[in-house]
Amino acid sequence: MIDLTVNGATARVDVDPATPLLYVLRDDLRLHAAKFGCGLGQCGACTVLVDDRPVFACLLPVGAVGARTVTTVEGLGSAAAPGDVQRAFLHEQAAQCGYCIPGMIARAEGLLRKTVTPTETELRSAMAPSLCRCGTHMRILRAVRRAAVMRGGGVVEPAEPVT
Amino acid sequence: MSGQASRRDILGGLLVAFALAPTAALAQTGGGEGSGGPPTVAPDLPGTLAKFPDLDAWIRIGADGRVTVFTGKVELGTGVKTAMAQLAADELDVAIGRVDLITADTALTPNEGVTAGSQTLEQSGTAIANAAACVRLLLAETAAARWGVAATTLFTRDGVVLDGQGRRASYAELAASTSLAVRARADVPRKPVAARRLIGRPVPRVDLPAKLTGLPSYVQDMRLPDMVHARVLRGPSSGTRLTPDLAALRRQPGVARVVEVGRFAAIVGPREWPLEQALRVANQGAWTRDAGVPALPPMPAGLLEMRRESSVIDTRRDASAAPGVRRLSARYDRPYLMHGAIGPSCAVALMAEGQLTVWTHSQGVEPLRTAIAELVAMPADRVRCVHREGAGCYGHNGADDVAGDAALIACAMPGVPVRLQWSREQEHGWEPLGPAMLAQIDATLDASGRIVDWRHQVWSNTHSTRPVAAGDLLAGVEVVPPFAPTPPKPIPQPNGGGDRNAIPLYRFANQSIVSHFLPDMPVRVSALRGLGAHLNIFALESAMDELAAAAGRDPVAFRLAHLDDPRAADVIRRAAARFGWSRYRPRPNRGRGIAFARYKNHGAYCAVALDVERIPDEGRLVVHRAVVAVDSGEAVNPDGIRNQVEGGVLQSLSWTAYESAGHDGARRTDYDWSGYPILRFADVPHSVVVEVIDRPGTPFLGTGECAQGPTAAALANALAAATGVRIRSMPLAGGLAAHS
Ligand code: FES
Ligand code: FES
Repeated sequence: MIDLTVNGATARVDVDPATPLLYVLRDDLRLHAAKFGCGLGQCGACTVLVDDRPVFACLLPVGAVGARTVTTVEGLGSAAAPGDVQRAFLHEQAAQCGYCIPGMIARAEGLLRKTVTPTETELRSAMAPSLCRCGTHMRILRAVRRAAVMRGGGVVEPAEPVT
Repeated sequence: MSGQASRRDILGGLLVAFALAPTAALAQTGGGEGSGGPPTVAPDLPGTLAKFPDLDAWIRIGADGRVTVFTGKVELGTGVKTAMAQLAADELDVAIGRVDLITADTALTPNEGVTAGSQTLEQSGTAIANAAACVRLLLAETAAARWGVAATTLFTRDGVVLDGQGRRASYAELAASTSLAVRARADVPRKPVAARRLIGRPVPRVDLPAKLTGLPSYVQDMRLPDMVHARVLRGPSSGTRLTPDLAALRRQPGVARVVEVGRFAAIVGPREWPLEQALRVANQGAWTRDAGVPALPPMPAGLLEMRRESSVIDTRRDASAAPGVRRLSARYDRPYLMHGAIGPSCAVALMAEGQLTVWTHSQGVEPLRTAIAELVAMPADRVRCVHREGAGCYGHNGADDVAGDAALIACAMPGVPVRLQWSREQEHGWEPLGPAMLAQIDATLDASGRIVDWRHQVWSNTHSTRPVAAGDLLAGVEVVPPFAPTPPKPIPQPNGGGDRNAIPLYRFANQSIVSHFLPDMPVRVSALRGLGAHLNIFALESAMDELAAAAGRDPVAFRLAHLDDPRAADVIRRAAARFGWSRYRPRPNRGRGIAFARYKNHGAYCAVALDVERIPDEGRLVVHRAVVAVDSGEAVNPDGIRNQVEGGVLQSLSWTAYESAGHDGARRTDYDWSGYPILRFADVPHSVVVEVIDRPGTPFLGTGECAQGPTAAALANALAAATGVRIRSMPLAGGLAAHS
C-alpha cells in the first residue's frame, strides 16, 4: 500500500511501487488532466507538480513520491470555478486540441510558484520541456504572462517589439 | 463523458430518434478526402443538406427547450463544435448555452464522410445554419397557425416566438406540434447579417473549460466499468513484422491474455504498467522486413525514377504572348513528414449482445465502420463507431488503425470493454507519413518582366490511404487470410492530392501543370494537413520570388501584377501593410519574405509575411515576426480562425525548417521526439499576428490548412533575402547549416 497526498487529499493505492505516477493518477485516482504522451520524459503532456516543482509523471515511480504533495490540474480549479492560471488560459483561448494544455498549465503553475516576475527568456525556457503539436505556443505564452499579472507580477523583458 | 452512454442517455430520452437511411444508401465513395458519404438527393439544398434533406437529421428540440444539433463532422481541436453551435444558436435564435452538439456517431448523425480538407463549415456548417433557419420558420408557422396570424408578423427571441402584442410561445411547446421530419426548404433566408448575435463574434470555445480543468474529454480518458487495457504487438515500423515470444508473454506478470488472430497479436491485462513492461519484452523479439514492400530509392531524387502515371491537369496557351527572354528552372522537394500527434492513438471497443461499439478519434467514423465490419465479419449495422476526441491529428494518423486493432481484440473477449493505447514508439513507427514530394518549375519572363511561360510538374505518392475497407487497416493485413489494401489512387482536381495547389491562381499567358502520380509506396503514407499544397505552394511561391528578383521587381508588387482576383490581392496587401513591408530595413543576416495562396484555389485566401534572421556560425534561424492576412469568407468565429492560422504557421515552420522522417531502407529511424524533433518554445516567433478579413454573407471558405504552404515559402523567401542563399530542399534549417 502506498499513501499519497494528491490535490490536498490523501489517497491509498495498492500498486507496484515502480508504477509511474501517471498511471496511478489516471487509472486508480481517475484524475485525467495529466496525459500520456510518450512515457519517455520528452513531451511534458504528463506534467504535474510535486511539492511545487513540475515533474514528468510518466517517469516518476509512485513509490518515490513519498511524503511530497502531488498537485494535478484538477487541484488548481474546476470547470465551474477555474483557478487563476486556468482562467488566464481560457481568457487567451490558449488551446487547439488541448491535449498538451494540462501539462502546460501545470508547468506554468510551477514557474509562477517560483517567481511571478520571470523574464521572457525564463518563461520560454521554463515552458521548453513541454511540446505542442498544434502550434498553440503564442497563446500559451500570452496566458502565462496574463497569469503572472493576475498574481501581482508580470513578465519583464517582453519579446521584441512589433514594428 | 461517460463513454458508456447509451443512445437514450445521449438524447436524454427527450427526442425521438430519426430513421437512418438504409445501409445500402450509405455506400462509401471512399478514397477521397473530406468527401464520401451518400449521394446527393436534393441538389437544390446547400451543404450536406443536399444529402440529408430532412431537418430532424440535423436539429431536434426537446420538451425542455434544449436544442440538439447533429453533425457528421468531428472536433479535431479546430473549434468547429463552437462554430456549429454559434451557427445553430444564431439562426434559431436561442442562447448558445441551450445547444447540445452530437458529433459523428454512426448510430445518430448524418453520414458526412471524413472530416478533412477544411470542408467542415462549408459542408456541415452550411447545412446546420440553413436547417436552423428552416426550423425557426416552421416554429413560427406553428405559432402563426395557432394564433390565426401570418407568420411574417411574428418574431423570435431566445427560444420564444412573439407576436409583439403580448402573445408568446416557447420553442419547446411549439416543437411538440411541429414535425421536423420534413425536408428543408431551399428558399428560407438566413438571418440578415445585421441581426446576427453570434456568427462573426469571437465566441469562447465551448469545449475548453472541461479540457483545461481535467474533465475526461478524450478517448484516452475513457474508463468503462470492468474495462481491460491492451497493447498491440508489432515490429518497429510499418513494413516490418515482429515474431514475439508469445509463450514468454503469457508468463509475463500482468498479462491476463494474449489475443492472436493470424499474425495480429495483442496482450491484455487489468493494468497499464505491467503491459508496458511486457511490451518491452515483446519488442525484443526478432523482426523482419515485409516481403513485397517496394525498395526505397534515395530521396528525393528517387521519386523521379519511380513508376508513374502522368497527367496534364491544367493547360493554357496564348499565342499572342511576348517571347520569354529569361528562364528559371528549379526543383523543390520535401522529405517524409510525421503527423506527430502529442497523444498516441487510442481506441476503446466493446462487443456486447452481438453489437460492436468502437469509440475512436478517427476523422471518418462511417468509412471506418465499413472497414471494421469487414475486418470482423459482421454486418455494418451491427457495428457502431462513435467519435471521441483525441490529440490533434492533422490528417490520417494511427487513429483508424488502433480502432481496427481494438475491435479485433474486443471481438475475442465479448462483454469486456477493451482500451488499446499505442505507445509513442508505435505511433512514430506506424502512422502513415506525409509523402515525400518533388516539384519542378520551368518559367520564363518576357522582356518587360512578366511571366509568360509556366510549367509545374509534381511527383508524389497518393495523399490518402484513409480506410474504406478492411485491407486499409493495419490489422486487416495481419489477419489470415489477409485483406487486400485498396489500390492507391490520385485525388482528382479541383481538390487534388499530390497536385493540390499546383495550379497557380496567378494569370500566366502560357501554362502547363503536370501531375506525376506514383502508385508504389515504399513507405506507408497518407493525408497530412494540406496534402500536396505544402510542397506545391512552397515551390510556386519560392519560384515567384526568384522570378521577381530576376525581373528586378519587389516581391509584393510582382505578385500583384500577376493577379486578377481582388480578394487575393487584398490579403497580400493587408499582410504587407500590417507587416510594414515598405518600411522594412534590411540588416545583415536578416530578411523579409512573403508568400500567398488560396487553399485548393477554392478555400481561404492566405498571405504570410515573415521577418527572419540567421544566427551566423550556429546555422540557426530565428523567426522574429509572422504577419498573416486571411480571408475565410464569412468568418463564423474570428478568434477560431486566428487560432487555426497561428497554429498552422507554427506547425508549418516546424515541418519546413526542421522535420524529416528517416528510413534506412529496412525500417524507420525515428521513434520518439529525440529522433524527430519538432518546434519548441525556444524556437517560436517573437510574435504572430493574424488579421482576419471578414466577408459577411459570403460562403464559408475552408481555413484549417490554408497557412501551411504560404508559411513554408515565406520562410524560404525570407532566408534567401537574409542570406542570399536560396534553399529549395526541406528541411530548410539543414540547408542553412550547410551554407553557414
Ligand atoms: S508522457 Fe511524460 S513526458 Fe511525455
Ligand atoms: S493544443 Fe494540441 S498539442 Fe497543444
